[in-house]
Amino acid sequence: MTTNNGAGLARRHEFVLYFDVANGNPNGDPDAGNLPRLDPETNQGLVSDVALKRKVRNYVAMARPEAPGHEIYMRDGATLNNEHKRAWAAVLPDVTKADELKKLPKDEAKARELTRWMCANFWDIRAFGAVMGTSVNAGQVRGPVQLAFARSVEPILPLEISITRLAATTEADAEAKGGRTMGRKHIVPYGLYRAHGFVSAPLASHPVKGTGFSDADLGLLFEALTNMFEHDRSAARGEMATRRLVVFRHASALGNARAQDLFARVKTWRRFKGERHSPGDDRLDNAPPARGFDDYEITIDRDGLPDGIEIIEH
Amino acid sequence: MSYGIRLRVWGERACFTRPEMKVERVSYDVMTPSAARGILEAVHWKPAIRWVVDRIHVLKPIRFQSFRRNEVGAKASAATAERAMRGGTGAGLGLVVEDHRQQRATTLLVDVDYVIEAHFEQTAKAGPEDTDAKHISMFNRRAASGQCFHRPCLGTREFAADFELVPEGAPLPAGALPEEQRNRDLGWMLHDIDFANDHASRFFHARLTDGVLDVRRCLAEGLVS
Repeated sequence: MTTNNGAGLARRHEFVLYFDVANGNPNGDPDAGNLPRLDPETNQGLVSDVALKRKVRNYVAMARPEAPGHEIYMRDGATLNNEHKRAWAAVLPDVTKADELKKLPKDEAKARELTRWMCANFWDIRAFGAVMGTSVNAGQVRGPVQLAFARSVEPILPLEISITRLAATTEADAEAKGGRTMGRKHIVPYGLYRAHGFVSAPLASHPVKGTGFSDADLGLLFEALTNMFEHDRSAARGEMATRRLVVFRHASALGNARAQDLFARVKTWRRFKGERHSPGDDRLDNAPPARGFDDYEITIDRDGLPDGIEIIEH
Repeated sequence: MSYGIRLRVWGERACFTRPEMKVERVSYDVMTPSAARGILEAVHWKPAIRWVVDRIHVLKPIRFQSFRRNEVGAKASAATAERAMRGGTGAGLGLVVEDHRQQRATTLLVDVDYVIEAHFEQTAKAGPEDTDAKHISMFNRRAASGQCFHRPCLGTREFAADFELVPEGAPLPAGALPEEQRNRDLGWMLHDIDFANDHASRFFHARLTDGVLDVRRCLAEGLVS
């Protein structure tokens, strides 16, 4: 894995990500006492874009700890050892020299150089962009990768589980409560979530605005989306797993079809008594709630695929 | 004005943040002209042209929801980055997100649907090969086939926008805006940011008349900084 100097992604991509949770809380709502996030109008569960991006970053930090150009800017303090030293000179020997040669660089050119350098070294800036604290416009980069909120296929029912602890935090608690304290956990018994993502090739490959996000970076993004929950185990999450990742690859940078039409080709069905129904179908009214991935089916309509569109499954 | 375009954009959520409430973000009731311009630029833009938004049609009821997230309250420091670049080491350059936590709520719009009516003007950077016909057909071709430079969004990037061209002569999609929301005084609204004058914000008095925000008519009453 080397840094990608120059060759940014040349083709637009969209993807549909399915992941599920069993007996866990995929994303707590700070406004509701850490209850799983809910759409108040439909009771469908939500997972924010930033929650998913956090997991992608954590995965990349873990999977490529020593790879040049794969540092993570927005670090999770608990998981990343930020003391590892690296031979930057070996990666970018010319950058510092070029900088020294320019005695009085123009402000904008300097800012652009800084941005370039940050993009070359930090995987998450290349993918998601970053805001650099400078008044020059070039200090702000938009990354090509854009994620939307994930939403559960059917309404979810969060459960509140009370738990006890046999020890107290303070002595006062120990005396008053006899050394026992109680806590609460919120879980979703089962939920299948669907998220949409976009990768805009011009924001990767444009000579000025491009971050240099490459095909190899895209491969790592999909690797991260597929495996991120495997390394995000915790008491709160329960069992989470990526179930399906469907990628639409366009033949050109600007794209060959409308995103909404491509997304509509991926359908989720609810299985009941050997038949499949659309979620929300009347005939499901008396069906028991879904408690596993087997209760769902995902289909991809490949008929009459527009020219220049390729479907890749992970 | 001969080359007008109409683009329908919709999505599950949107947040056109009011500048006076941008810490705990609160959206305007309706898409701002600057957000509409950004969407058009996401589909097609060249330095030779400048998009001018004429009207915004509101097709769905105006509804809000609240969403709170853990956000980062710090920006990347250019000075630190420069020092790291000179020193050739990235140690200490990352942001530990737990040290810069801010929980912020967003009051966002749900289930939005708009039609943007706009035209473009040529700028001083236009060359002899930049004919109106060339840019209009590039925009129409891209919009009709779903092509875009980058994915347009409804205010912020997590709210991706779906879009579709309303071809010339085709009727506008039917609106479902309830009667009591069709005529509204929206108050002072951001029109756009003047990039030529040190990023100054310009505001106009926005009114929804029969479900339409007529930017040109509202602008006739004047802009304030």
